Amino acid sequence: MADIVIDRVVKEFGSFRALQEVSLTVNDGEFVALLGPSGCGKTTLLRIIAGLETQTAGRVVIGGQDVSNLAPRKRGLAMVFQNYAVFPHMTVFENVAFGLRMQKASQAEVKRKVERAAALLHIESYLDRYPAKLSGGQRQRVAVARALAVEPAVLLMDEPLSNLDALLRLEMRTELKAVLREAGTTTIYVTHDQTEAMGLADRIAVMYGGKIDQIGAPLEIYATPATRFVGGFIGSPPMNFIKVQCSQGQARIGDAALPCPSTGKDLELGLRGEDAALSANGSGIPFDVRVVEPMGSHLLLTGAIDGQPARIVAPPTAKVSAGERVGLTVDPARVTWIDSTTGRALARV
Amino acid sequence: MPARTSWIPYALIAPSVVFLGALFLVPLVQTVWLSFSAGEGLSLDNYQRMAGDLNFSLAVKNTFLLTLVVVPLQVVLALGMATMVTKLDKGRDLVLWVLTIPLGISDLAAGLAWLALLQNTGYLNSALYALGVIQGPVGWLSQETPVALFFAIVLAELWRATAIVLVILIAGLQLIPKEFAEAAEIFGAKPWTRFTRITLPLLKPSLQSALILRTVLAFEVFAVVYALGGRNFPVLAGEAYVWQNDNQNYGVAAAYAVLIMAISLAATAVYLRVLRTRPEQLS
Ligand SMILES: Nc1ncnc2c1ncn2[C@@H]1O[C@H](COP(=O)(O)OP(=O)(O)O)[C@@H](O)[C@H]1O
Ligand SMILES: [Mg+2]
Repeated sequence: MADIVIDRVVKEFGSFRALQEVSLTVNDGEFVALLGPSGCGKTTLLRIIAGLETQTAGRVVIGGQDVSNLAPRKRGLAMVFQNYAVFPHMTVFENVAFGLRMQKASQAEVKRKVERAAALLHIESYLDRYPAKLSGGQRQRVAVARALAVEPAVLLMDEPLSNLDALLRLEMRTELKAVLREAGTTTIYVTHDQTEAMGLADRIAVMYGGKIDQIGAPLEIYATPATRFVGGFIGSPPMNFIKVQCSQGQARIGDAALPCPSTGKDLELGLRGEDAALSANGSGIPFDVRVVEPMGSHLLLTGAIDGQPARIVAPPTAKVSAGERVGLTVDPARVTWIDSTTGRALARV
Repeated sequence: MPARTSWIPYALIAPSVVFLGALFLVPLVQTVWLSFSAGEGLSLDNYQRMAGDLNFSLAVKNTFLLTLVVVPLQVVLALGMATMVTKLDKGRDLVLWVLTIPLGISDLAAGLAWLALLQNTGYLNSALYALGVIQGPVGWLSQETPVALFFAIVLAELWRATAIVLVILIAGLQLIPKEFAEAAEIFGAKPWTRFTRITLPLLKPSLQSALILRTVLAFEVFAVVYALGGRNFPVLAGEAYVWQNDNQNYGVAAAYAVLIMAISLAATAVYLRVLRTRPEQLS
């Protein structure tokens, strides 16, 4: 059992609070992605779990053992560093073998496991080279191989695929997921790339400003964002937010009305671009199209709803032109209502 | 453009070349020339005279012994101190500043300071006498106590010249990203393993510079030895001084100087070869 419990962890650098009471539970064998923009504290949290940084307050429990004050090497985990940290004075083979050598594994075992990890990451052909001769993407794969080679119970990865080109990244992503699932490795995967998080993770923890805004399954986070930030960060195009007036449970936009939670507060309608359909007769929510971008699989329409900027996704064959006003129909069950002042989502109606 | 600018680099380094030529190369050639000239024409007379001298083999032995003891000790001490200094969060600059004070003191002054401590009527004897350990003045620096004299010189040299190694190693340590040691630690390396498997190999270029500098200077050791022991502990540079000033024999003095230079060059060549970092292993 190697579950991870992060219990109200706070980290301050001087007077700057990088993490504010972060709590997160990762189940044994689960793959959790820490997703958030640059500078939100992902690396800091990962380093605290690894023991490379000491938390100002809070606990880290791994496999039932409080490791808060344990040295990194005693925590039984492996890590892929954001800047790789591949040892320049060792060959790729020795880099990948490093953890096994520290465990005093036999020569045969080292060879077998290094070759397995190398094959997985497609780095077999440069095992006897030095890292200086490798590209950033290749070094990154060496760093991942070094972590996988020790077959850790807990694996921490800090943007491990960020330097690969798109195609290889997609391939590595799939293989990584398969391998880690098969091995039952408990994984925390830091990324700022939402598609990577969506594709890989059992659950996503969305971080923003040193806090976790929402934890949930990818589709849950996508469909029911807990805050305006989560809605805007996840999904492409990002969720649209339209300020509306809600009176007697009805929000009126043009000649359309949507049921809304009447709380007396200022509300925003959170609407995903793909959750709106073009109505046949121009009725519904009025949308002024400014730019039409054919993306192949769909049309991306940029314009305004009620004078507020919005992006809508339409079928590739839809007949829409710039400057036109179209009508949108929206399934009330698929919209998110946000409290304008707190930025938090309200209970659904 | 290239044709017009190609002479600029040469023009810019020309002053330094002239400077070096006038103040370094010319005296060097003169010294070598001097060492091979005795009476008329070239000869090895000066070298024969040098090698035949009573103090010669002792000076060679002492110089090497001192270098072999002092330099490794300095490197080990500096490594330990540098590791500790780089671990400090607060007050690091102050500690570093204090540790490097001896660098600002000339070697003769340092020798005299240690003489004041260690001579018959020095502070050490006064303290030992006050504590009742000794009954009267004890000579530590005389011909009758060669071992004590040797250790006094080693001590003074350690105090005087470890800081230069420290400064070079700290600069080197700061160039190593902390993630390397962190990665090693994550993968199970204990502190000593991290030091030997990660820090030391990555520090090799700085170690090489420090060793070359310190070894060359150690072969030239003179003022500290002279202040503490006079000619009780003959060293090569000291013999050159004696031949130059007391015996007024510039040829033999030049032979000593050339010998010291040859030893230094050989040591440097050894370091360059043994501690070389292959280009592909640079971070
Ligand atoms: N050692 C440190 N000292 C001071 N501030 C730091 C330190 N490490 C990180 N920070 C700050 O903490 C915040 C979070 O950093 P980080 O965890 O690296 O973000 P992320 O990995 O999400 O991009 C940033 O504002 C960063 O400047
Ligand atoms: Mg980061």
